[in-house]
Amino acid sequence: MTWVGNFYRSAIGKKAVMAVTGVILFGWIFLHMVGNLKLYLGPEHLNEYAHWLQTLGSPAVPNKGMLWISRIVLLVCVVFHIHSAVALTIVNRKARPVGYRDRDYLAATYAARTMRWGGVIILLFVIYHLLHLTTGQAHRDFIENDPYHNVVSGFQVWWVAAFYIIANLALGFHLFHGLWSMFNSLGLTHARFNPWRRNFATAFAIIITAANISFPLAVLTGIVR
Amino acid sequence: MNLTIHVWRQKSREAKGGFVAYKAENISPDASFLEMLDVVNESLIEKGEESIHFEHDCREGICGSCGMMINGVAHGSRGKAMATCQLHMRHFKEGDEVWVEPWRARAFPIIKDLIVDRSGLDTIIQAGGFISVNTGSAPEANMIPIPKPVQELSMDAAACIQCGACVAQCPNGAAQLFTSAKVSHLGLLPQGQPERYERVVRMVEVMEEMFGSCTMFGECEAVCPKAISIDFIARMNRDFIAAKFKSQKEISVGV
Amino acid sequence: MELNSKTPPGPLANKWEKAKASYKLVNPSNKRKYDIIVVGAGLAGGAAAATLGELGYNVKCFVYHDSPRRAHSIAAQGGINAAKNYRNDGDSIYRLFYDTIKGGDYRAREANVYRLAELSVDIIDQAVAQGVPFAREYGGSLDNRSFGGVQVSRTFYARGQTGQQLLLGAFQALERQIALGSVKMYPRHEMLDLVVVDGHAKGIITRNLATGRVESHAADAVVLGTGGYANVFYLSTNAKASNTTAIWRAHRRGATFANPCYTQIHPTCIPQSGDFQSKLTLMSESLRNDGRIWVPKSKGDTRGPKQIPESERDYFLERKYPSFGNLAPRDIASRASKEVCDEGRGVGASGRGVYLDFADAISRLGRPTIEERYGNLFEMYHDITAEDPYEIPMRIYPAPHYTMGGLWVDYNLMSNVPGLYVIGEANFSDHGANRLGASALMQGLADGYFVLPVSIGDYLAGQFGKKVDAGRPEFAAATAEVQDRVSRLLGAKGTRTVDSFHRELGGIMWDYCGMERDAEGLRKARTMVRELREKYWREVKVLGEGEEPNQSLEKAGRVADFFELADLMCLDALQREESAGGHFRTEYQTADGEAQRDDDKFRYVAAWEFTGEKSEPRLHKEPLEYEEVKLATRSYK
Ligand SMILES: Cc1cc2nc3c(=O)[nH]c(=O)nc-3n(C[C@H](O)[C@H](O)[C@H](O)COP(=O)(O)OP(=O)(O)OC[C@H]3O[C@@H](n4cnc5c(N)ncnc54)[C@H](O)[C@@H]3O)c2cc1C
Ligand code: HEM
Ligand code: FES
Repeated sequence: MTWVGNFYRSAIGKKAVMAVTGVILFGWIFLHMVGNLKLYLGPEHLNEYAHWLQTLGSPAVPNKGMLWISRIVLLVCVVFHIHSAVALTIVNRKARPVGYRDRDYLAATYAARTMRWGGVIILLFVIYHLLHLTTGQAHRDFIENDPYHNVVSGFQVWWVAAFYIIANLALGFHLFHGLWSMFNSLGLTHARFNPWRRNFATAFAIIITAANISFPLAVLTGIVR
Repeated sequence: MNLTIHVWRQKSREAKGGFVAYKAENISPDASFLEMLDVVNESLIEKGEESIHFEHDCREGICGSCGMMINGVAHGSRGKAMATCQLHMRHFKEGDEVWVEPWRARAFPIIKDLIVDRSGLDTIIQAGGFISVNTGSAPEANMIPIPKPVQELSMDAAACIQCGACVAQCPNGAAQLFTSAKVSHLGLLPQGQPERYERVVRMVEVMEEMFGSCTMFGECEAVCPKAISIDFIARMNRDFIAAKFKSQKEISVGV
Repeated sequence: MELNSKTPPGPLANKWEKAKASYKLVNPSNKRKYDIIVVGAGLAGGAAAATLGELGYNVKCFVYHDSPRRAHSIAAQGGINAAKNYRNDGDSIYRLFYDTIKGGDYRAREANVYRLAELSVDIIDQAVAQGVPFAREYGGSLDNRSFGGVQVSRTFYARGQTGQQLLLGAFQALERQIALGSVKMYPRHEMLDLVVVDGHAKGIITRNLATGRVESHAADAVVLGTGGYANVFYLSTNAKASNTTAIWRAHRRGATFANPCYTQIHPTCIPQSGDFQSKLTLMSESLRNDGRIWVPKSKGDTRGPKQIPESERDYFLERKYPSFGNLAPRDIASRASKEVCDEGRGVGASGRGVYLDFADAISRLGRPTIEERYGNLFEMYHDITAEDPYEIPMRIYPAPHYTMGGLWVDYNLMSNVPGLYVIGEANFSDHGANRLGASALMQGLADGYFVLPVSIGDYLAGQFGKKVDAGRPEFAAATAEVQDRVSRLLGAKGTRTVDSFHRELGGIMWDYCGMERDAEGLRKARTMVRELREKYWREVKVLGEGEEPNQSLEKAGRVADFFELADLMCLDALQREESAGGHFRTEYQTADGEAQRDDDKFRYVAAWEFTGEKSEPRLHKEPLEYEEVKLATRSYK
């Protein structure tokens, strides 16, 4: 299996790994967002969904089995995603040790230029998010197995809601560039479909961000209580 | 027209450099940017100062010799991309302040003033940017038909002038656009198939020893005087990934 | 000195076969023991260096550029000829040979030209195999177009970048040999002298342009593929750095310089727009396939082109040369344009321009077709002049473009100095007094890929065991001379810049030794050039030092050699009391103003021997024998 190491050693290999892990994370985030929409259907639906997640695959696997498998996959993805991001950033800094006095961007979007800091915000957010809504240490009024309650009471604190909104905007930017860049990293170019890649990235970045932001907003405005 | 240019002056690779301001006076809007520098240089020499060193030759955008960062943009054109020698002074306004810097990248050490050493790009070509066919061993030219669209696409990539603007403009100092242009030019043609996968692996490996990596900023494409598309980068990535998934044996028989 | 062309005997079509069969061969296992210096990596030098490397020789290749791919060949736009007859329009090797001889106004060597036509076919095969993306038809086969003064379609092209693509083919082959270790590349190295040991060329002296160091390099043979000298005119279509130093220095070391006065003025260039102008841009000749050239019928007509009605326009090429019309050969088209401008009918602010009008073609073929054919050229014109050629006619004017003259070589491309080979535009060989469009690329590549790598073996085989090393006193002497010149240039400490001298020299040459020449003007020009040259060495101002990158110093050395060459050009033009191709002496013209050759007296190659700074060069004549072609007056009417 030396070729795996060999492949990952190259920058293009790292980008491919980044793209694949990024897509997995994106897929998860998408499903996560869809699931969270149940918030609007009321407590039973959301809690039922959470329960379903925990018992998924049962009895073939023990309770929470699938959840743990997916958590491990996600964790591995996060590790590789971050490792390659950091490694490539170091390579790139070295490749341009001296900058320009005057530097103008012609094509690079704001999103493209903030991938690294955006990523860091997302990481911090993910950690906070786990402590907040999964394990509860960062939650004042955490009730095990009642996600609906945890979400609503959590977002009623304005600065928590604000942090969620900011982090999800960062996520939106990250996806806007990442989902587009991914096609190139994986070599998916095709004259007929190329224009769709930008549209795809834009659409999903907007959908995910809008939906995710809507949750804290809905709580703050009292639509969901 | 009259402008002020701030030019990076540096006597040698090791010397410390800095900006020096010069007045460019009575410049015709029909002059090219390099002709404006000629005028400034003439007046510098007359005053007993050494001329600003910059590289140039064809002055029609094809040899790839010229190149400098003008107001933060490689080759200086913000509309249609072109080589520095094709940029005309009519793109500037009376009284403009213009900052002129050399290409900057670890792989492009400064030789003097605005002249940098771009030989790293040749090294990438040496790694595999060719078709191994000795003189005399070629078959009849029309033996292998090539679909016109394929030839056109290959030509799009082959148009690269190796000026290095892509590297200079890229915030990561990456040479991806340059390398992918050569990989695609040859990899698209039937004649380039036998070495296609070996070529991409060898060229990419050498490229990565010297240059940064791609984060799809798209800056390279925006300043490329030949408008080479970043889609070629995707093509190179695809070939590289495919090559890595093939066994050595498959690569050597070209499947 | 006797100039022996070493043309093999026998019928024209068998000569090259015969020559190859007669060459001594170098044992394959001995090839790596031979060092060959190749100066230049344009089409000629690049192809030669790569091929010699493939054959197993030990090659050292020198260019003043930062990369071999920047040679001036990269700028060629139009195309390359080859007698493939893919169009089935009656083309053949013989026809290409004949067209080239006729186009050159019967001043080229038959045997060389025939070989060139034969090899043209192999060049296309080689280029395609290397990955040169020539234009193709929808069926996938190679496309051709007609080009520059011929009536068959035999020109292969890659958009408007044929030279670039062919050079990249050679460059890639060269880089492959560099990677394999058979070629060692010396970029940013300018050859400043040739070293001759016991009468044989055995090395060169170079200056490393990145450090300023002067270095000696020894070898078993030296090949020069250093391009043409049209920059003697200051303004030309050549790249800024193109110069004569390599061949001029070799000339001073004994190589005869042939036909220096044969220079080509290209009809379709963008006119000069001011004093700041640093070079002239060529608009591909292919534009003449669809554009119509005209000026107003009356003098001093200041109306815009669209205000001038059809009846008041003079389509002078169509009028004078009804059968070739706008496609008349370059020398003829250029002179005709100059003539109408001299009559005061020129257009544009300077009055030095004629219209190249596409209005008819656009209305006949539609704008999309014109865009497809010439889009990039129109864009280039628009960028430079800020005028849109789809709307108003282009303005064009002739400009110095190519030099048919160069170092004299025999059939094997060796100069009269044994071991010194000269290829590409740097030699005088194949184009006679005028070069046809798309033939220079052909010649450079034929020389570099197919002729030199074979013919050089004949010389090398006799040199086994005769190696010299750079420790010989000849190297030290040449180095001292180079250093002396450098310090004289730096030490002049005058008041005028190199460019100002170059511009003035160019002005003299353009006025008196340009498109039209006469004895009186040429004599005057010689005096002016000599006076200016003396002034140059006294008053030139070159700052900086020798041991560092110094662009003023580089230029100063090149311009110094242009001065010497300019004098020889005038002398050669004076000596040639006839008009032929690019050399037009106003005293020798037919009643209707066409060039008048004098085959009895001037059917020879004029090869000049350097005899010293203070003495006149000595003329040697190589008579031109025409066994196959009957000499006739060129007519394009
Ligand atoms: C604008 C333009 C368009 C043209 N279009 C066409 C066309 O369409 N078709 C056609 O057939 N021809 C065309 N020509 C002519 C043709 O391009 C040239 O004649 C030909 O390319 C010359 O090739 P070369 O190899 O002899 O020299 P060049 O390509 O000029 O190469 C010279 C080489 O020598 C090196 N060199 C020179 N002096 C020294 C020195 N002292 N020390 C070290 N290195 C040195 C340089 O670095 C360079 O590598 C065109 C010419 C011009 C100017
Ligand atoms: C600490 C957390 C993160 C960091 C530091 C980070 C950093 C990066 C960086 C630097 C890139 C490359 C950008 C480029 O090529 O221009 C990238 C790409 C990407 N990221 Fe992240 N990221 C993080 C988290 C995430 C998360 C949580 C997701 C999923 C929702 C994600 C999805 C993507 C995708 C899809 C790509 C595209 C991959 C590619 O360019 O081929 N990232 N990330
Ligand atoms: S000088 Fe040749 S590309 Fe600008």
